[in-house]
Amino acid sequence: MALTFNPKIFQDIDEKYAAWKKKLGKVFAKKPERLKRFSTVSDKKIADIYTPADLKDQDFAADIGFPGDYPFTRGVQPSMYRGRLWTMRMFAGLGTAEDTNRRFHLLVREGQTGLSTAFDMPTLMGYDTDSPKARGECGKCGVAIDTLKDMEDLFSGLPIDRITTSMTINPPAAVIWAMYIAMAEHRGIDRKVLGGTIQNDMLKEFVAQKTFMCPPEPSVRIVTDTVEFGTKEVPRWNTISISGYHIREAGSTAVQELAFTLADGIAYTEKALERGLHVDAFAPRFSFFFNSHLDFFEEVAKFRAARRMWARIMKERFGAKDPRSLWMRFHTQTAGCSLTAQQPYNNVVRTALQGLAAVMGGTQSLHTNSLDEVLAIPTEEAATIALRTQQIIAEESGVANTIDPLGGSYFVETLTNQMEEEAFELIHKIDHMGGMLAAIEQNFPQQEIADAAYHYQKQIDDHEKTVVGVNKYAIDAEDIPVEVLEIDEALETIQIEKTHRVKENRDGAALKQCLEKVGEACTGTENVMEHLITAVKAGATLQELCDVFRDVFGSYRDPGIY
Amino acid sequence: MKHERRVRVMVAKPGLDGHDRGARIIARAYRDAGFEVVYTGLHQTPEEIVEAAIQEDVDMVGLSSLAGAHKYLFQTVVELLRERGAEDIVVCGGGIIPDEDIKKLKSAGVREIFTPGATLDEIVKWVKENVKPR
Amino acid sequence: MKDLVEKVTSGDVRTVARLIRDVDDGMPEVREALKELYPYTGNAYVIGITGAPGVGKSTLVDQMVAHLRKRGKTVGVLAVDPTSPFSGGAILGDRVRMQRHSMDSGVFIRSLATRGHFGGLTQSTRSAIDILDAMGKDVILVETVGVGQDEVDVVRSAHTTVIVVVPGMGDDIQAIKAGILEVGDIFLINKSDREGTDKTLNELRLMIEMDQKKFDKGLWKPPIIKVEAVFDKGVDDFLAAVDEHARYLEQTAGGLKSRRSPERVRQEMVEMIKARLFEEVLDKLTETGEFDRAVDAIVKGSLDPYSACEGLVFPALAGLPDEE
Repeated sequence: MALTFNPKIFQDIDEKYAAWKKKLGKVFAKKPERLKRFSTVSDKKIADIYTPADLKDQDFAADIGFPGDYPFTRGVQPSMYRGRLWTMRMFAGLGTAEDTNRRFHLLVREGQTGLSTAFDMPTLMGYDTDSPKARGECGKCGVAIDTLKDMEDLFSGLPIDRITTSMTINPPAAVIWAMYIAMAEHRGIDRKVLGGTIQNDMLKEFVAQKTFMCPPEPSVRIVTDTVEFGTKEVPRWNTISISGYHIREAGSTAVQELAFTLADGIAYTEKALERGLHVDAFAPRFSFFFNSHLDFFEEVAKFRAARRMWARIMKERFGAKDPRSLWMRFHTQTAGCSLTAQQPYNNVVRTALQGLAAVMGGTQSLHTNSLDEVLAIPTEEAATIALRTQQIIAEESGVANTIDPLGGSYFVETLTNQMEEEAFELIHKIDHMGGMLAAIEQNFPQQEIADAAYHYQKQIDDHEKTVVGVNKYAIDAEDIPVEVLEIDEALETIQIEKTHRVKENRDGAALKQCLEKVGEACTGTENVMEHLITAVKAGATLQELCDVFRDVFGSYRDPGIY
Repeated sequence: MKHERRVRVMVAKPGLDGHDRGARIIARAYRDAGFEVVYTGLHQTPEEIVEAAIQEDVDMVGLSSLAGAHKYLFQTVVELLRERGAEDIVVCGGGIIPDEDIKKLKSAGVREIFTPGATLDEIVKWVKENVKPR
Repeated sequence: MKDLVEKVTSGDVRTVARLIRDVDDGMPEVREALKELYPYTGNAYVIGITGAPGVGKSTLVDQMVAHLRKRGKTVGVLAVDPTSPFSGGAILGDRVRMQRHSMDSGVFIRSLATRGHFGGLTQSTRSAIDILDAMGKDVILVETVGVGQDEVDVVRSAHTTVIVVVPGMGDDIQAIKAGILEVGDIFLINKSDREGTDKTLNELRLMIEMDQKKFDKGLWKPPIIKVEAVFDKGVDDFLAAVDEHARYLEQTAGGLKSRRSPERVRQEMVEMIKARLFEEVLDKLTETGEFDRAVDAIVKGSLDPYSACEGLVFPALAGLPDEE
């Protein structure tokens, strides 16, 4: 394979570089550099300049190549945004199913091409609204789903056979998915045509987001059941959205986000292989979900490295043949943790830059945060601005005119290589510990993230890192001029009444039998999915089914790593 | 035996949301400021937090919430402490909490609310000035 | 004072919590309370649990509490975590793994920091044990990181001392050999689903059997128990071994009274006197500035440390009050 650069040029570059450095030395002797240390938001050191010499060992064909070609550094499809723009998928969910349904209809009218559902905390943790654990939480950060009836109201009137639906749910993902399938079947839609995503990534819950229900082993077993079921029954569905987003939000560095996410992907792949599935049967339905943070080039490099690494892992480690198994398709959300309550309109700009990084990194779909997300659930106006931000990037800025426009930048290619190298080092460390489940048990990723988060906070407090409007350019006694969406406290009562009505109108004996079947499947090795679908059709609530999981597998408690 | 009161604080996460980045960072900052920090971990009910605060004889309970349920959760902690005759334990909170709610929570007895952007130094300073070992 | 005694013995949580705080903070007035409470102590069974960080002690204690509650026993827990030598602060995180018991009125959990004062940990933890004992807890579990002598002293004042290890910690077995073997009444291998369990088991067995002669004379031979605390496996076996050790104490050393054997009382008194003397003398010398003056003189070379010590200690002792 030919090198990108003619080796002869390096001597010339070295000479010119030395001369430039000398000149630079003279300049800084008079007045020193602006910062003592130039580093990314992850505190990765950045050099003053990058040249072809940094890419001496780069093999264009093997490492960069063309979009749609292995190792997919420049994009998974040959056409990328020349063919079709990314999916503008805005996360929405609030109050009752009916409220969110209205928001969904609005978003579809506004031109959004995919739906994304946020659930409230009780739903995310597998509790019904009438549980004592759910007090005060109904509808607060998403929609409450207790029963199949709620699911039917949530998607009422929406063309679910044509639009894809993403559901951000983890411990009870199998139950929520069962409700979605049951809802579609009640409407006469074949499960084979359903397209969408359940997040269903339990490993990152233990690592970062801490929404957990059962211990890691059985949690991953249920995830594997959904992978197996999806492969056979719902072939257009993405069964796991392997997520780095929350790892980053918990305070990790970009490299940690990359490494832990891929290590999670490796763990799920191994579990599905143990189930006897062929890698090319299930791997194409794995999708990914990343954060797009503040440091523009670091993020672009991260996305490019992620694609290349996953392709290499799938090909070299798991022997995947189908190109779709090698594709890392990913959704991106801009970094919620980077938004500030102070001078909140600045968040529009932050989000625009982060959205741009995601697009430069070749994302398949994108959620841009609303400016008021740090204050409360977004208002409609703020959500619209966030969507418009994407539309401006897509249709005004011209950045989507050519594919991988930053490919070939000495800096971006070097950074891409470095991210890959450092992330593989971490993955090897995890392999050595016995894989991600073992590493989690030893609190390795949790501790790494806790350390990184504390380091960053210290840097902000010590003014080594700038947060505009917070530790620099702050306004004293600032009056925050943003309208905040209030969730009606009465909603809890309304939802509880609705759930009770469903509970009163069920065939008790049939329900009991359904729950027992789920329990038997959990205890044994039979796949739980079909039993869950039958159970939700018989009126089983989310919590009733999750209680079966908790009874059989036990509950996981926070090990409290700080 | 050195007779000296050390500041003891509790960092607690009421409710179901698992966003513990802030709670974990603040626990470390308190330790580095010389406080003894009892950490309760996630998913605590107000009742569990109050019982733990009393058993641990802390001077302050710091609550963190990022999923919107702060009004019920923070208020209940204050009320339960009062019921147990432990209103001398200072309650403060942090998280994504709108101004309107801050006013309500303060009038309900929550001493201070820290919103995103408050620096560790500010928070630690506030504790040093407002929380004295009892 | 009578009121306080009544509150503690009737199990008033706030009073007990406050009193332990006073003990921990070294409040001199607490001594009177401890004197008054002493007659109410001696009824609890004390189990000390120690081991390196990360071996799962808190999870084990959590499961022990659950099992003991099922047997109808009330339980007190003292969880000791290290104080940061840099800031003097501490994160006391053991409670996280035990929080499910916080609403159970039969359980009292208290986190303590080592604080790093000389002998102070041992003293204050022993006093805290007495307080929970007087409170009426049937069983008291004391958990420490077995690194310093202080922490080891704490657990060895228990009726039953448990040393927790995990497989694949070869060096730690060496450390046990070097230091705390003789205090272990029960050895517990936690996380025993892991590779290397048998190896660790054999190493422990070999180490224990070096004292075979003692066991031949009928002395207690520490059993080795395999446990997976996270999955609640083996905890029953472990508690059965504790019961067995309690029976042994009953037959040989007076059961509950074994913590008050002449040998132990003597040793604890020596420690208590040492700590008290140290405190009184040093407090006095610090107050008068004599200590700093002596240090200055030694540094300048005008005084040798031996004479300085003599010159400080004897007058200070002479000046101590006879009775408070």
